[in-house]
Amino acid sequence: MAPKTLEKEVAAVPVSTAYLDDVLDKYEPKVYKNRKKHLLVVDHTLESPQEIMANVRTIPGILSHRGCCYAGCKGVVLAPLKDALTIVHGPIGCSFYTWGTRRHKASNDEGELNLVPYTFSTDMHETDIVFGGEKKLTAAIEEALQLFTPSAINICSTCPVGLIGDDINAVAARIEEKYGITTIAYSCEGYKGVSQSAGHHIANNQLIKRIIGSNDAEPTAQYNVNLLGEYNIGGDGWETERILKRCGINVISVMTGDGSIEEMRRSHKADLNLVQCHRSINYIAEMMQAQYGTDWLKVNFVGLTTTVRSLRQIATYFEDTALSARVEEVIKDELAQIAEDIEHYKTLLAGKTAALYVGGSRSHHYQALLRDLGMSTVIAGYEFAHRDDYEGREIKGSIKIDADSKNIEELELGPVDGKYRLRFSPDKLEALKQEIESLGYYEGIIKEMDNGTLLVDDLNHFETEEFIRALKPDVFFSGIKDKYVLQKSGTHSRQLHSYDYAGPYAGFKGAVNFAHDLVMDLNTPVWQQIVPPWRKEPLLVGSIGGEQ
Amino acid sequence: MRQVAIYGKGGIGKSTTTQNLTAALATHLNKKIMLIGCDPKADSTRMLLGGLAQQTVLDTLREEGDDIDLEDIMKDGFGGIHCVESGGPEPGVGCAGRGIITSINMLEQMGAYTEDLDYVFYDVLGDVVCGGFAMPIREGKAQEIYVVASGELMAMYAANNICKGVQKYAASGGVRLGGVICNSRKVDGERELLDAFAKALGSHLIYFVPRDNIVQHAEINKKVVIEFDPTCNQADEYRGLAEAVDGNDLFVTPTPLTQDQLEDLMMEHGFLGI
Repeated sequence: MAPKTLEKEVAAVPVSTAYLDDVLDKYEPKVYKNRKKHLLVVDHTLESPQEIMANVRTIPGILSHRGCCYAGCKGVVLAPLKDALTIVHGPIGCSFYTWGTRRHKASNDEGELNLVPYTFSTDMHETDIVFGGEKKLTAAIEEALQLFTPSAINICSTCPVGLIGDDINAVAARIEEKYGITTIAYSCEGYKGVSQSAGHHIANNQLIKRIIGSNDAEPTAQYNVNLLGEYNIGGDGWETERILKRCGINVISVMTGDGSIEEMRRSHKADLNLVQCHRSINYIAEMMQAQYGTDWLKVNFVGLTTTVRSLRQIATYFEDTALSARVEEVIKDELAQIAEDIEHYKTLLAGKTAALYVGGSRSHHYQALLRDLGMSTVIAGYEFAHRDDYEGREIKGSIKIDADSKNIEELELGPVDGKYRLRFSPDKLEALKQEIESLGYYEGIIKEMDNGTLLVDDLNHFETEEFIRALKPDVFFSGIKDKYVLQKSGTHSRQLHSYDYAGPYAGFKGAVNFAHDLVMDLNTPVWQQIVPPWRKEPLLVGSIGGEQ
Repeated sequence: MRQVAIYGKGGIGKSTTTQNLTAALATHLNKKIMLIGCDPKADSTRMLLGGLAQQTVLDTLREEGDDIDLEDIMKDGFGGIHCVESGGPEPGVGCAGRGIITSINMLEQMGAYTEDLDYVFYDVLGDVVCGGFAMPIREGKAQEIYVVASGELMAMYAANNICKGVQKYAASGGVRLGGVICNSRKVDGERELLDAFAKALGSHLIYFVPRDNIVQHAEINKKVVIEFDPTCNQADEYRGLAEAVDGNDLFVTPTPLTQDQLEDLMMEHGFLGI
């Protein structure tokens, strides 16, 4: 049988406010009122910019796909650091399910420490809860130190630790004093905040306080940058670094994919911070600017046009014609290498529609790549983004800080003596910002979306099914929590958190990988071969009149 | 088997009252009793055991793992009362509430609740501060609650809070308030005040235990009053308390007071003479 894609039986419904009301009508009034503020139909013809509600509590029982504070701190930000011993203080499940599932890759040279393949846990049991787990935590770290000599130790707290009040800060101080290894305690109990976003912030705070700026070794290269918010999923960071290196741009520290504590200690010596994932790491970008004067540039190395734009913006920032020429040369060569592949895949993908529901930046980033492949996005949403990730940083001042956000420490940092340096005078920087829009600025997702497309915050299961039924996207990009439900209901689904088993998808070569995997998926007829059980037999089984 | 939990403000005399009450039930009314101390300090059975240091359930669990025998943690004290101490963490660490849950589950697993017991008493630390300390009244364990109180506002405040906990679990677990025991502090109009308080809760003042220094003397000698001086007046008072509890037939879902109601009650009775 010849492979074919799933046919669209009925044309997609055009989304409108009336359609949304129709969907939301199924909710009880309180839920309706809440969810309505999390959804909008993009309309750039309106006089004032559209506003969306984000980073607030999920309605209990609504089947959200969000994660927890611990997942954001340990799983997202800390786990990719290969020379850190990141130990989880808690029952074993929290460790096991953050072990390797995110596919942040790491490699190491001979003799270099790489702890990414491991997971360290105190494996708390009932008696540890009753009597306190501090001794067990100390013992577990000491046991690990018999085997490894890490550059730093990260202690991540889980829910029960917060409830029984184990003093992980005291344990960290004792370990640091005894072994002379930087030991950092993260009070990232899962119940904190409203989503994993709280955990990103907690991790950012501790890294800026304890690691960044602690080694003043001067870089030897001419153009030095850090790559922030790149977690090397499926090797994305490697592809990005490869391109930057070709251009003659040196990456001091990647935060945190395939990253290391040692590199991060020197990261304040960089000229410029490149911010890939704004949501998870804009705190460090801002705090490094306050403490060390480092400018930051919002980049996007997912997509061809965006990669090209980001490279040009970096070159513009450095004001060096030789660098600009080198960058143009690399762009030309890289695009030429993939032109044939991209053209081929475009013929197979053009006109197809996509839905994107990922964490806090990919739903934006991947719209660029899809557009490069001739596809369009009909619905996009974020799990845990804040309003500025949707509407742009210009609205940051108008975000209402609620109690959940106040619960997370907000650091007020000023210039560090002797380490604060400005590359440009404030006037010059302002002039540069006119030229480089993304310098110290993130425009958010809405501006890039077409009129009539749907934007959803904290999408839930019911809405997913409704929107898929109405909008009929050819493919739904999301994560492990909803992928199989979509797939079994006949909608192709690819994981954009973990890239299923593939990648890299960033940069030039990544774009080809992405297009290749997508074409393969869309042309796999396997789901059409399956007759679901409810088409063949009744699902309800019962007995009548006491029969067995 | 009647399962009884004794609650009350910290320092009100729960452990003293419970040990003297169980001693009277055992020796005066010939009841078979198990007393479970649910306090990390593990001092709820001291007078019955003559000061014998008791190996607690949780210490044993921590040291021995799964390999625990009932005789390691249960000792017979005065009047043949089976004495058990739940134990728990030292102050400031871990979770004592979880400890009580673990400990009671352990005792059930090990078959401590034998058919021949007339009474199981739980002597529970302080106020109902969290789920763990409410364990004896959850899941249908203790069915009867007695609150020890005195005529002091904070003692009544704590008693009222405990009744809120009892009210919560009354609907699901079938637990009922058996009454208020007054452990007298010689406060003005104490009996009348507690009588009115108990009635406002929908219950009754089941017994008024007068203050007597012999209780302290017995305590210093690591003995319950009935063992220390069986003929003294206070021994008879505890026998009276035992009879009142044994013959009690008023079990209610309490109706806790609001803070204002409680203070009004104090004004009306407690401070009338001032």
